[in-house]
Amino acid sequence: MTSTTMRPVIPLHTVAELTDRAIGAGSDQDGSDQHRSAVAPGGMPALTRRSFLKGTAILSGSLATGTLLATLAPSRSWAAEMATFDDREARVLLRLTQVIFPHENMPEAINALAVKGLDTAATGDDAETDSAVAIAFREGIVALDEAANGDWLAADADAQLAAVQSITDTELFLTVRGSCITSLYDNDLAYAHFGYEGEAFNKGGYVFRGFDDLAWLPDPPADASPPVQ
Amino acid sequence: MKTFEHSDDSVVVIIGSGAGGGTLANELAQKGIDVVTLEAGKRESSESFLNDEWKSFSQLAWLDPRSTSGSWRVARDFPGLPAWICKTVGGSTTHWAGASLRFQDHEFRAKTEYGDVIGANLLDWPLTLNDLEPYYARAEYKMGVTRTNGIPGLPGNNNYKIMDAGARKLGYTKVHTGNMAINSRPRHGRASCMQLGFCFQGCKSGAKWSTLYTEIPAAEQTDHFELRTGCQAARIEHDDTGRATAVVYFDENGDEQRQSARAVAVAGNSLESPRLLLMSDSSMFPDGLSNRSGQVGRNYMRHMTGSVYAAFDEPVHMYRGTTMAGIIQDESVHDPKRGFVGGYEMETLALGLPFMAAFLDPGAWGEDFTWMMDRYANLAGMWLVGEDMPRADNRISLNTDLKDAHGLPVVNVHFDDHDNDIAMREHAFTQGEAVYRAAGATRTFRTPPYPSTHNLGTNRMSADADDGVCDANGQSHDIPNLYISDGSQFTTGGAENPTLTIVALAIRQADHIARQMIRKAV
Repeated sequence: MTSTTMRPVIPLHTVAELTDRAIGAGSDQDGSDQHRSAVAPGGMPALTRRSFLKGTAILSGSLATGTLLATLAPSRSWAAEMATFDDREARVLLRLTQVIFPHENMPEAINALAVKGLDTAATGDDAETDSAVAIAFREGIVALDEAANGDWLAADADAQLAAVQSITDTELFLTVRGSCITSLYDNDLAYAHFGYEGEAFNKGGYVFRGFDDLAWLPDPPADASPPVQ
Repeated sequence: MKTFEHSDDSVVVIIGSGAGGGTLANELAQKGIDVVTLEAGKRESSESFLNDEWKSFSQLAWLDPRSTSGSWRVARDFPGLPAWICKTVGGSTTHWAGASLRFQDHEFRAKTEYGDVIGANLLDWPLTLNDLEPYYARAEYKMGVTRTNGIPGLPGNNNYKIMDAGARKLGYTKVHTGNMAINSRPRHGRASCMQLGFCFQGCKSGAKWSTLYTEIPAAEQTDHFELRTGCQAARIEHDDTGRATAVVYFDENGDEQRQSARAVAVAGNSLESPRLLLMSDSSMFPDGLSNRSGQVGRNYMRHMTGSVYAAFDEPVHMYRGTTMAGIIQDESVHDPKRGFVGGYEMETLALGLPFMAAFLDPGAWGEDFTWMMDRYANLAGMWLVGEDMPRADNRISLNTDLKDAHGLPVVNVHFDDHDNDIAMREHAFTQGEAVYRAAGATRTFRTPPYPSTHNLGTNRMSADADDGVCDANGQSHDIPNLYISDGSQFTTGGAENPTLTIVALAIRQADHIARQMIRKAV
């Protein structure tokens, strides 16, 4: 897959770049020291000035070496910035997409894309007031935690799944499941991961690119499947 | 392009530019008959088509609100999307896969052959395969159907190879790459198939037949055709003798317009066509125009459908190449020993990654879903399409609680499967799975019907005016100069994809309208 087919969906900055920019950002508007914890298990970078801004979190990670995605991406490190969800909320949502869609080896970058989409949907017009979507999400996260002895993220996989099964009527579940249908599967990272080649016309279609290259079954008879004319 | 005055009552006004309306327009224009076509959608082209499933869907699909009711699963999973059909010049011929099959002789006599099926509203067509044969031949020539007219069959892709191998192992014999209106060689100024795999998204090579780049431009080259795009028909008016006189419509600016008419042909596909008739009610026709029988909107059929997808240990890349050039026809016979009347075809089908996620198992989540998606590159797929039963209460009606942007009541589609449909689907799923297991599948998956791509029967033909909306020429029983010109004419659905029959009927109807005009009967 050439780079012309990789639509930039999330900015793949290096983590260092992003941290630098966060530290150098302009002064915080309200001077509030109301902030969410920016240090997460797993060694996410400690964010300083950025963490004083309401609702800001960054999901970040690295593409595993040796994977197709790692060879295709401009950088192995990736980051997705949130405008509404805080750090824990973003991590809950990322894990939730993984429980709802438990793919074998799906790079977390794709799940982060989905969470970024949810964050955009939850971001209201007014920076001070939570949108109705954000409120519904926060209520759903409370329900998840309650169903898992108070901390869903800390629960084991079976308990996490059981908790999710108990909230399938909630707006949180329905919205996350529904939006993942496009956000997990309709982007270039997903195409590369699942082996779907996407746009074909500009490459001449598949008539000379393997449309009939399957060799592990006997060929059909010629009258049933004539050759390319 | 020629233009006509709104007050010109010598023109035939056709609503819709798809398989029926586009063909009818060209056939009439070639005969020197003046036509104004009102098309609700915009004009796209091979250049503007998009090799991207969701973006293309936004570009071509009918997205104006519709509602659903009934026990069918589409009403639960896609309550606002009963049908995947088009709002664009060319109609659903932009999106269709190209499968071009003639109906079988017995299918025109469904009631006689199948008997009285309780809970079904079966009826024989008022015409026979014999009547239609010359028109099928003209349609196949016009559309360039493979395996007719000396046109070679298409080459089979990986998805086809799997279906072929499994089918032959099971003992099926009528297995080949289909009768497809897709050029296997350059023909009629259009290119040969590039095996793009985006047939559903509009053919960017033009190899697949569509009225958009065949009938419509051919009509425009006469001096007898005007296409008005962005024009949504709202009402057909009539005089006190019961003749249609004009079509009221909203133009691309949303302004109300009126085009006078010598005759009106309705070809908006089987949801919009009955909607227009129902919205054209009057004191003379209180139940809707041309609805003395009460059958307008009723007998809605969508074919028994479902898909089987199968996972293999090796890559398949089923999306490479034509979406539907592959068929097993052995089950299309009428063989009631199987436990149902009517038959079904088994046709290769592939979806891209995005649509597989959306349609494999709507609403599903968890391991069963992700197991199949993780093996996307190793999947093969087929679509089962068979004869579903017409039912009086499977119907299009006006949802007066919900209005569209023009203030018009939207379509509601009510549907309940008949037991025959359920039995046929179960048989078809079982056979589809057997084909794939015979080819070496490690797991198979039954996918429920998609939002309906085949929509039929809602203004059906009948011999008797009490039983349907139009006669064997698609001429309204009640309104002498009103014609039904799309798949809503179908008395029954047969097992076959409908487009070839729609085109054949349109060619035949054009001959009939021309004769009527010469006789001044219209």
